[in-house]
Amino acid sequence: MSKHTLSVLVENKPGVLARVAGLFSRRAFNIHSLAVGPTEHSEISRITVVVDVEDLPLEQVTKQLNKLIHVLKIVELDRERSVQRELLLVKVRADARQRGDVLQVVDLFRAHVVDVSTDALVIEAVGTPEKLDALLAALSPYDVREIVQSGTVAIGRGARSITERTLDRVSA
Amino acid sequence: MTQVETPKPTPVRARAVYATPAQAPSAGEAMTGAQALIRALEMAGATDIFGYPGGAILPAYDPLMDSKILRHILVRHEQGAGHAAEGYAHATGRPGVCIATSGPGATNLVTPIADANIDSIPMVAITGQVGASFIGTDAFQEADIVGITTPITKHNMLITDPDDIPRAIAEAFFIATHGRPGPVLVDVAKSALQTMTTFNWPSRIDLPGFNAGVKPHSKTINEAARLLATARRPVLYVGGGVIRSGASGGLRKLVDLSGAAVVTTLMARGALPDTHPQHLGMPGMHGTVAAIAALQKADLIVALGARFDDRVTGKLDSFAPNATIVHADIDPAEIGKNRHADVPIVGDLKDVFADLVPALAEEQRKHGQPDLAAWWKTIDEWRETYALGYTPTEDGLSSPQHVIQRLGELNDPDSTIFTSGVGQHQMWASQFIKYKHPRTWINSGGLGTMGFSVPAAMGAKVGMPGKTVWAIDGDGCFQMTNQELVTCALNDIPIKVAVINNSSLGMVRQWQTMLYDSRYSNTDLNTGHGTKRVPDFVKLADAMGCVGLRCESDADVDATIKRANEINDQPVVVDFTVSKDAMVWPMVAAGTSNDEIQYAKGIAPKWDRED
Repeated sequence: MSKHTLSVLVENKPGVLARVAGLFSRRAFNIHSLAVGPTEHSEISRITVVVDVEDLPLEQVTKQLNKLIHVLKIVELDRERSVQRELLLVKVRADARQRGDVLQVVDLFRAHVVDVSTDALVIEAVGTPEKLDALLAALSPYDVREIVQSGTVAIGRGARSITERTLDRVSA
Repeated sequence: MTQVETPKPTPVRARAVYATPAQAPSAGEAMTGAQALIRALEMAGATDIFGYPGGAILPAYDPLMDSKILRHILVRHEQGAGHAAEGYAHATGRPGVCIATSGPGATNLVTPIADANIDSIPMVAITGQVGASFIGTDAFQEADIVGITTPITKHNMLITDPDDIPRAIAEAFFIATHGRPGPVLVDVAKSALQTMTTFNWPSRIDLPGFNAGVKPHSKTINEAARLLATARRPVLYVGGGVIRSGASGGLRKLVDLSGAAVVTTLMARGALPDTHPQHLGMPGMHGTVAAIAALQKADLIVALGARFDDRVTGKLDSFAPNATIVHADIDPAEIGKNRHADVPIVGDLKDVFADLVPALAEEQRKHGQPDLAAWWKTIDEWRETYALGYTPTEDGLSSPQHVIQRLGELNDPDSTIFTSGVGQHQMWASQFIKYKHPRTWINSGGLGTMGFSVPAAMGAKVGMPGKTVWAIDGDGCFQMTNQELVTCALNDIPIKVAVINNSSLGMVRQWQTMLYDSRYSNTDLNTGHGTKRVPDFVKLADAMGCVGLRCESDADVDATIKRANEINDQPVVVDFTVSKDAMVWPMVAAGTSNDEIQYAKGIAPKWDRED
């Protein structure tokens, strides 16, 4: 199995996320992560989905996705030629004695502290899944109370936009 | 690697102007959402709809009463409405329409919708939904039918604003009938039906994400032609797509020009006349030995609107091991799904044939006519040695195969449509009736829906009233949906039903005989000879306003069929009492290789001889 990152451009219609996600589970594909949000065009949303799958079944699920009426375009984003990021928020219990050590880890990973109270910190980090895993490992000796993580979002490197031609089609 | 666009062919933009119906559009007219729904169905070209009223859809039934265009047929169960819409669509090529209320009305349509989806039948299902403000509150007769049917529809939508109704209906008919056909469900909230709107019929359909089909690529067409011109053991593997496309004429040209062997799947029976000398019959689990063997030994298989279903391929990794595969289909997702396609052709089969036939003629000018004599000699030996047949029964009762064969022989293939349920009778009806035309054999192939036959026959008869429509049914299937005989009797839909009554669930019983040491767990139905005969099908027919006939011996089969054919003012039900021990042969057991086909019990064809 290998991880593939798909950017799925969809019409902004009710239920479209459920249609896309449902298709993956129906065809027995495991979604590793999923993120959805607006694009520069108000009528189009972008779903970034990371799946664990071999190449041949991936082609099949992509073809099936293309059959959904609200799916406009699907592009696979290669890891080397795209920027892929996740957002992590983690709550660590730390009193005055431990705070310094935790802050050192935060600095090492170029993360940020976004909330401080007398006995806890909330750390925000953005990065590749590997970097965030490493950060969590570095924090593991401390009292990690809560973790929340977004799905991967991804964008291709260079000037080319995957949305522009699709936009023409929608707004023509 | 760079940003890899998935192999989606350049879509033909689905924004062509939708054919304007004959009626002048009544743009700007004020009316209720319910009136808009009825008007929209008229505008979309619907003439016959099968349905059942109830609370949420009730507002639509009032203006329906005044429609001069729509004939509404009140069924006795929503499942009957759905299968009738399917039978109508299959027989006519036009989309079938069914209508039901919210909740249980809508969920009763689920089976026909799934059936239409897997067999690519164009269908539009309209359901009422609870009022918009009640949605999500577990209101009376509320079911999330859009959620329920998402996996089994081509598309579906929930309409809560009456202004959206005309566009939703226009899109539903467009999507159901363009590209690979399929069912579309439109769920309309009762509040939208009751609210005033201004009717505006869309002048164009704008679906940027809808792929209405592509023209076949000339490069792959030419490659397919080259392969067909040079193959030594070619087989055309014809699926239901040929019938959906209306491409039988093109198929005939390709068959005649190529000289290749032809097999027609369960969904494609009638795409090429069974009398055609190159036609080997049906492939698959209960196909002819010649059809199965030809596929197994082929060096080239040209799949045309077929999907390498497990019932055709048997164990997939031993299917046609030496064949190069050309796969033509309108749905790119079918190509390479089960078997790798060496030459993929995406396109409507009508276009494929229009391009492939001249391309093949050109290749044949270059390479000369292919010499297929050795191939045909081998095939003819298979055909002769392992012809379709059956053994006489040992219990003195009629052979079901004989009854079905005579039904085929005593009805004119030019003017008769056969439908069937699912099971032994279905396989025999596919094997022993000689079909001549597309759309004259209607059955539930992919889903295998027992009970399909009677309502599908009703729909076919409504769509093609000039044809004789015979529903070939089993005693199990018949007990699932025979309530629609009431609908037929009351609405002047004189179908004919042949109940092939072996007093048991025959196909399941056959598997019990073969695989479960003849332990007949729950397959005895007590409807046949020497049983309590509950229900008595003749009495049941009579009670439902039909003529009931019974035939208990081979000697009476012809006379009974003729008698049934003489009755055209009422539906007829014939209870053909047959032997329960008859089995469907040949057979490739589920999960095994096609090489392990049994011609009859314990008899396997000798393959190596021909190699």
